[in-house]
Amino acid sequence: MSVEKIYVFKLFERFWHWSQASLIIFMLVTGFEVHGSYHLFGFAKAVGYHTIAAWTLIGLWIFAIFWHFTTGEWKQYIPTLEKVEAMIKYYALGMFTHAPHPFRATQLKKHNPLQRLAYLGVMLFIGPLLWFSGWFYLFYSEWNAWGVDKYVSLEWVALFHTAGAFFMLIFLIAHLYLTTAGHTPTSHIKAMITGWEEVE
Amino acid sequence: MLSKIKIALSTLVAGATVAALTAFATPAPAPAPAQMPANAAAPAQAAMPAATPVPAIKASNSTADHSKFKELQKTFKSAPEVTKACLTCHTEAAKQIQKTKHWTFEFINPETKQKLGKKHVINNFCTAVESNQKFCNACHIGYGWENDKFDFTAEQNVDCVVCHESTGTYRKVPGLSGHPTYKDMEFPPHSGKIVKAPDLSKVAQSVGKTSRANCGSCHFYGGGGDAVKHGDIDSSLTNPPRYLDVHMEKKGLNFSCGTCHMTSAHQVPGSRYAPTAADTKDAAPHMRGKADNSNPSTCQSCHGTKPHPAKMAKLNEHTDKIACQTCHIPEYARGQATKMTWDWSTAGKLTPEGKPITKKDSAGRNAYDSKKGDFTWEDHVIPEYVWFNGKVNYTLRETKLDPSKVVKINSFEGSASDGKSLIWPIKVFRGQQPYDSVSNTLLVPHTFGDDDTSFWSNFNWDKSLEAGMKAANAPYSGKYGFVKTEMSWPITHMVAPKADALTCAQCHSHNGRLKNVTGIYMPGRGDNNKWLDMGGWTIALLTLIGVLLHGAGRIYANRKG
Repeated sequence: MSVEKIYVFKLFERFWHWSQASLIIFMLVTGFEVHGSYHLFGFAKAVGYHTIAAWTLIGLWIFAIFWHFTTGEWKQYIPTLEKVEAMIKYYALGMFTHAPHPFRATQLKKHNPLQRLAYLGVMLFIGPLLWFSGWFYLFYSEWNAWGVDKYVSLEWVALFHTAGAFFMLIFLIAHLYLTTAGHTPTSHIKAMITGWEEVE
Repeated sequence: MLSKIKIALSTLVAGATVAALTAFATPAPAPAPAQMPANAAAPAQAAMPAATPVPAIKASNSTADHSKFKELQKTFKSAPEVTKACLTCHTEAAKQIQKTKHWTFEFINPETKQKLGKKHVINNFCTAVESNQKFCNACHIGYGWENDKFDFTAEQNVDCVVCHESTGTYRKVPGLSGHPTYKDMEFPPHSGKIVKAPDLSKVAQSVGKTSRANCGSCHFYGGGGDAVKHGDIDSSLTNPPRYLDVHMEKKGLNFSCGTCHMTSAHQVPGSRYAPTAADTKDAAPHMRGKADNSNPSTCQSCHGTKPHPAKMAKLNEHTDKIACQTCHIPEYARGQATKMTWDWSTAGKLTPEGKPITKKDSAGRNAYDSKKGDFTWEDHVIPEYVWFNGKVNYTLRETKLDPSKVVKINSFEGSASDGKSLIWPIKVFRGQQPYDSVSNTLLVPHTFGDDDTSFWSNFNWDKSLEAGMKAANAPYSGKYGFVKTEMSWPITHMVAPKADALTCAQCHSHNGRLKNVTGIYMPGRGDNNKWLDMGGWTIALLTLIGVLLHGAGRIYANRKG
């Protein structure tokens, strides 16, 4: 079993990942404080920080979307059911019996099928849920001018936004753990820092 | 700590100054303005008969010096004579006054058509004016209104000087039907305190623009004493420190009442019967000089609807839901304590010798008076908060009430969804007062008078209520009880400096200021969907447990090889 290294994550991608990760964690922390779950920064500061982080993340996403389409990297997220079953079997059993990883990352396919599905879910479901509810939240006082105040209530906007936050939190927990599920426990993490992934 | 000492000191100084300045002008017996326990010295000073001369009149920029007017350089035997002198030049003044509710004590609410005004309303303080005019009408801007025979068209009956004099020596004593005393008299009776007869010539020559003390000579003492009624209007506003009133501070903006209640032709804008609750979406803020019907005394008329700077833009997004006063008057009665409850049902207790009793509370405030019943007082009071759209409904004398419930003397209409309401701070005054237990209506007691039927002379409710209702020309079954009542007062004066305004978390928190305000979702208040919260945290926790178990399994499998 030989170990080789392939370059999977380009500089921008790594920058995107880590800044997005910090922003999301920070927004979870401040967001649940605004929600009233605990006291940390104080309500006023939590709202201020959350709003700044939101606009920063929006800026980051504009760059990221542009990057994905100009580089064609968006194709990395096209979902496939191929090997999904094998992946599930590997996580459920194979990992405990030293079975080989059913997926081998390449530059063209850097995500395993479960990752593809999970990340696509984050980008097409959790993301938009948070974005849209967040925007409505942010522009609460404009509803009247937009003429939507009859159809939207802050209670529901907050409900969707909070639901999105819970999805994101659950994704984060699973994601953090699965970073240790590479060729070695640290190979995924190293790859996201250096760009080079160790593969079998 | 330091700032607390500062506040205490400034209150002390202000309390003493105010007491000295207003001692002459008080129309009603002022309870010692007991404030914080630390201010033990202030009430002592306030209680002393103010013998200090009134401060010299500040140089005014008026083009007329009334002390040089021949018409006023004479001896006046009575106050109406002064009015006649005023009217020789100010020919239209009395006619203007006689159109105002300051004169008629009557106000027809244009929306509800209810007939209001002091002449008609029964409140839960002194209750009703009818049959007690001699006493109550010390605060009428006229002379001689002691019964229904009063001539509302006689121009010399208008009291010009109570609103315009500046000596501070002119005082309308309760019991004299709106007249000042013309010879030195003891007031309150048997108190040993002497009210001096004012020098009407000096009073007449001192006239000028209406000052805070002029308005205050009645409005500070509403409800029968200093600070009793409003909570946001009392004698501490005569010369308030900055922390008490950011607009009226003498060294600062030094507003008079009229700066906001910008009066034209003696019509004073602003009303508690038909207030402007939301000066926001529908009308542009009032502009000074613009000819329209808008109210110039709202905050918005000067500050607009987006008063906060750009870096506080989020606050501007609150102005369509929250009255400015909610954040900017964080507490009322910051100058001195205001009366919070008044229980008439306990009035009339006498000593075994048949003498009336008075009791003080631990802060030296009136806690019981045989004439009036039990009281409680509070200072630095956190208001209650309600949706309010400006429409007020009164329980009038003829309104049927349900004695099993707390009767709302006035109820503020409003809701989160009517598009016209803002969240307002209010003082709720609670008490018990007599009602007709057969017809279930409020009663008019005859409280003041030398006759045998007045409550204050013989402490007999049967006689008092019969006489009161007879004077009001209203039916009375002869059976009475006491019903619990509530009266609401919007808090709108004593605007604090911005540093003292509420901070976000005072409302956006569990058990915050707005915990009882319904109909809106407020982040941080705990309005969250409980099922979502429970489900979300449970799944997150299960995920965490799942990955930890998975990880532990991997480590175990690795060790085993």
